[in-house]
Amino acid sequence: MSRLELRHVRKAFGGLDVLADISLSVGAGEFVSILGPSGAGKSTLFQLLTGAEHGEGEMLFDDTPLDDHGRHFAFMPQRDALMPWRRILDNTTLGLEVQGVGRQAARARVAPLLAEFGLAGFERHFPAQLSGGMRQRAALLRTVVQERDMLLLDEPFGALDALTRAAMQRWLEQMWRHHRWTALLITHDVREAVFLSDRIYVLSARPARVLREITVPLPRPRDPTGATAQQAGALEAEILDILLNPQPSKGHDHD
Amino acid sequence: MVSSSSSRPLQLAGLFAKAAPAVMSVGLLLVAWELYANYSGIKPTILPAPSRVFEQAMLNREALIDNAIPTIRATLMGFACSLGAAFALSMLVDFFQPLRRALFPVFIVSQTLPLVAIAPLVVLWFGFGLTPKIMLVALVTFFPMLVALVQGYEATEVEIGQMLRAMGAGCWRVFVLARLPSALPYFFAGLRISITYAVVGAIFAEYAGAAKGLGIYMLNAKNNFRPDLVLAAVGVSAALTLILFGLTVLLQRLAMPWERIGRQPAGKGPGR
Ligand SMILES: Nc1ncnc2c1ncn2[C@@H]1O[C@H](COP(=O)(O)OP(=O)(O)O)[C@@H](O)[C@H]1O
Ligand SMILES: [Mg+2]
Repeated sequence: MSRLELRHVRKAFGGLDVLADISLSVGAGEFVSILGPSGAGKSTLFQLLTGAEHGEGEMLFDDTPLDDHGRHFAFMPQRDALMPWRRILDNTTLGLEVQGVGRQAARARVAPLLAEFGLAGFERHFPAQLSGGMRQRAALLRTVVQERDMLLLDEPFGALDALTRAAMQRWLEQMWRHHRWTALLITHDVREAVFLSDRIYVLSARPARVLREITVPLPRPRDPTGATAQQAGALEAEILDILLNPQPSKGHDHD
Repeated sequence: MVSSSSSRPLQLAGLFAKAAPAVMSVGLLLVAWELYANYSGIKPTILPAPSRVFEQAMLNREALIDNAIPTIRATLMGFACSLGAAFALSMLVDFFQPLRRALFPVFIVSQTLPLVAIAPLVVLWFGFGLTPKIMLVALVTFFPMLVALVQGYEATEVEIGQMLRAMGAGCWRVFVLARLPSALPYFFAGLRISITYAVVGAIFAEYAGAAKGLGIYMLNAKNNFRPDLVLAAVGVSAALTLILFGLTVLLQRLAMPWERIGRQPAGKGPGR
């Protein structure tokens, strides 16, 4: 059953066409990725979903149109957006605080998750004291404790070094298996999309349209070293080929 | 607060190391001045030696303190007024952006007014009391504070604003949770600059006319051919400025602990 459904969503900033035609859906408990080149308009799509911008086309959640007031999404912006002046614990409870949850209750909800997110013992630290990976986990914790219907993750690991990124991807895959969040992830990393997702929407360069929808048939837990590694590699190569040689018939245009 | 008491002696040593060059250059200047005043044959009524200035300052300390108090009062009250006004207006401008375009030219013009010409006028209009001093101090410090605050709000990370809105926060919540704290470093930078203007502004106002104060004390000393006492009063005002400056630095450290602590890496290793 699909929870989020976008039909022919378009968006232009002034004369600049950013999203040409986006249709996609995300089912309950499904992990879906949007994969596309930088500047394609991926973050813009999240701005439409969170109500920061308005576009054309239909956006439905549980078959009802999205409006500014229905808060279905917990949104993690492209940079971690941790507040430097708040300690880690207070950063992670921010969303609950905005929802009107009292400080003690908010902390009580975050507390049992701290260990799982590798942040136990760092509650009283400031963000600047943490490594990049820990900061991303703190930002992710701040996002998931809001307990919204769906997670919107905008390139959560984009700023990390390759090794930390790989570690974080494995960690996130494991976390997702425990929690089964309904999630929409933005990335420009083919490997990341294949490793984490149930389905992938491959976007063209700006103005973005869906080039291909790909179901990832790999079993979970995903194992980057096991028997399915070859299958994953083949899928990655296929997706890379779609990104690098988009079909002219699909309406790819240069700008 | 997680103040690391173990590193306190180290911090002090570091502070001395940082202050040493400044102390040495000031010391050298005083020595050179002392030598010149004593051996060049220049009259002490033209250029008194620092030792004489200090001696006279000690002899006249009661008068100096007596005159410093109104200056301090005018500085602090004027500064408080300008802070309050700057804060209120900065918020107004932040919430209603069109106001900014309407008001900023007026503020900029207020900054180009020459203090030399304005001070006597303000004294003429408002008398020799505290009011004109407060007004002049406020006038010179208001704009730097306003600009600092407005720029500070603007420095808020775009992503933080977007995220808060997605969480369901309204304008006011975004202001309190993100824009105000983001402005703190700018606020303190503005504070450090304008606190030095504030003392100068107060002295200038007194110079233009006052019953008591460092400004009028300097004027009287000059008219009595006592450059040693003028310089003693200058020394007091410099000390006053330095103390106020030090207070703002201290205040910033207290108000922004993350700036200090954030630079020290966490105890345990990175990542996991
Ligand atoms: N508020 C805006 N006003 C004008 N142009 C914008 C705005 N936001 C994004 N854009 C433009 O839209 C394009 C896509 O941006 P973005 O969605 O951030 O891409 P991506 O996240 O895929 O890298 C970029 O060319 C960017 O300059
Ligand atoms: Mg982006």
